[in-house]
Amino acid sequence: MRYAMAIDTKKCVGCSDCVVACQTENNVPIGYARDWVVEVVSGQYPTNLELEIRSERCNHCDNTPCVRCCPTGASHIVEGGIVLVTHNECIGCGACIQSCPYDARYPHPEGYVDKCTFCVHRLNEGLKPACVSVCPTKCMYFGDLDDENSDVSKIIESRKWKTLAPEAGTQPQIYFLV
Amino acid sequence: MKEELIISGRNIPNIDPYLHIWHWQIPIYLFLGGLAAGILFFAALFTIRGKSEQWNTAVKITPIFAPLALVLGLFALFLDLKHKLYFWQLYTTIRLESPMSWGAWVLMLVSPISFVWVASYLKEITPKIWTNSKIVNLLIKILIKPVENSEINWEWKWKFVRNFEKFIQNNRVGLAWITIVASVILGVYTGILLSAFNARPLWNTSLLGILFLTSGFSTAAALNMWLSKNPEERKLFSRFDIVLIIIELFLIVHMFMGFLASTEVQIEAANLFLGGEFTISFWVFVVGIGLVIPLIIEILELKGFHVPVAIPAIMILIGGLIFRFVMVDAGQITRYLY
Repeated sequence: MRYAMAIDTKKCVGCSDCVVACQTENNVPIGYARDWVVEVVSGQYPTNLELEIRSERCNHCDNTPCVRCCPTGASHIVEGGIVLVTHNECIGCGACIQSCPYDARYPHPEGYVDKCTFCVHRLNEGLKPACVSVCPTKCMYFGDLDDENSDVSKIIESRKWKTLAPEAGTQPQIYFLV
Repeated sequence: MKEELIISGRNIPNIDPYLHIWHWQIPIYLFLGGLAAGILFFAALFTIRGKSEQWNTAVKITPIFAPLALVLGLFALFLDLKHKLYFWQLYTTIRLESPMSWGAWVLMLVSPISFVWVASYLKEITPKIWTNSKIVNLLIKILIKPVENSEINWEWKWKFVRNFEKFIQNNRVGLAWITIVASVILGVYTGILLSAFNARPLWNTSLLGILFLTSGFSTAAALNMWLSKNPEERKLFSRFDIVLIIIELFLIVHMFMGFLASTEVQIEAANLFLGGEFTISFWVFVVGIGLVIPLIIEILELKGFHVPVAIPAIMILIGGLIFRFVMVDAGQITRYLY
């Protein structure tokens, strides 16, 4: 079982509903965010001006630098490839924050390090993550990559996609459909 | 043109706009750790080579600073933790792929060794330990009892401590071998720790481990040179320092050559030092005051010009400290994205 997410950048409008839904669902402190929206403007008017909007979060990588650098094992990988942090094993040293190329982790005010969990508490009840559930343009797909009939697997087969900073060697599992 | 912005209003303290999660506590610890590693390395090296009487400052006196540096460094590390009450979790497991875990355990090994080293020479360093202050004497009396003797007027209170002291004094070379290995690991792991974070292009170079090791040994050689009252010993450490500084300069040049021949993120990282905001603090303070000027002074000293030894020593120590501050601060600014 390998959970992954595919996000269609051509349909994302940058409404940030995913950000607010995550903050509400996971009691994220004010000012902090487990996911965020990035807007990339490139090119020159009028020839080749382009806009890409991405909703980013922890990529739950296959080759996680954060789990590798954690001195206590608080950062660990569970069934499905989801990267989680055990709060009372985390000492707040910040090594995982230094090792994440996506700046996906943040120090929670209570002391431990926190990040997107793919809403594992919702997955256990058969629901999708909060961000995927509220997206108004339905541009986010979530599922099991090992299951060839899941919508994630099918959309990855049929569309061009890219991942973020593949040169960092982390094998991220969020695919941005371009 | 390419503009990449976070438009959903993320403003996480210490993460936005630039990562700055490690503050002054980490560079202070890196400096003190490197210094302690170097002090113990030289002490152990001369013990193994049988020169503990000839270079007695390096083997007996300077190691007093090792436990002091380690305790202060560990306290700085503890202050840096954000989930302080759980610090003991570090010692419930060892994770071989995490350099921070190696560091926690190596410190656990080196700190007692440094205390034992100093304690085993205490009778030679302070044969008359009692002071004029009643309070200090009371504290000393926790471990030590007075003894009628014209030469050494104290003895350890407990028998197992006396037996342990005899055991250490009979096995100094064995302890020295363990100390040499542990001190090299301590000196090099701080650089390996930073280089393991592949998300920070400035740190992600395999030269960083050996560079930090050389820098730590150089600061320890400078301290030995400063503290020694024996001109032969000062000359020896002056020569060690000259070699270590030349190696350090070579490694720094190589590190920048490596960055400039690497990918775009490494070139951007190098540009922070080649015209960017860290140019002056690195080339003037770390390389100029911390390496080149002491090198020139020490070479002149060997040729006969007399310079007070405190000057190059203090410059090297300050250069080592600022080097770590600059590396930790600049490294967190470098990144792959945005």
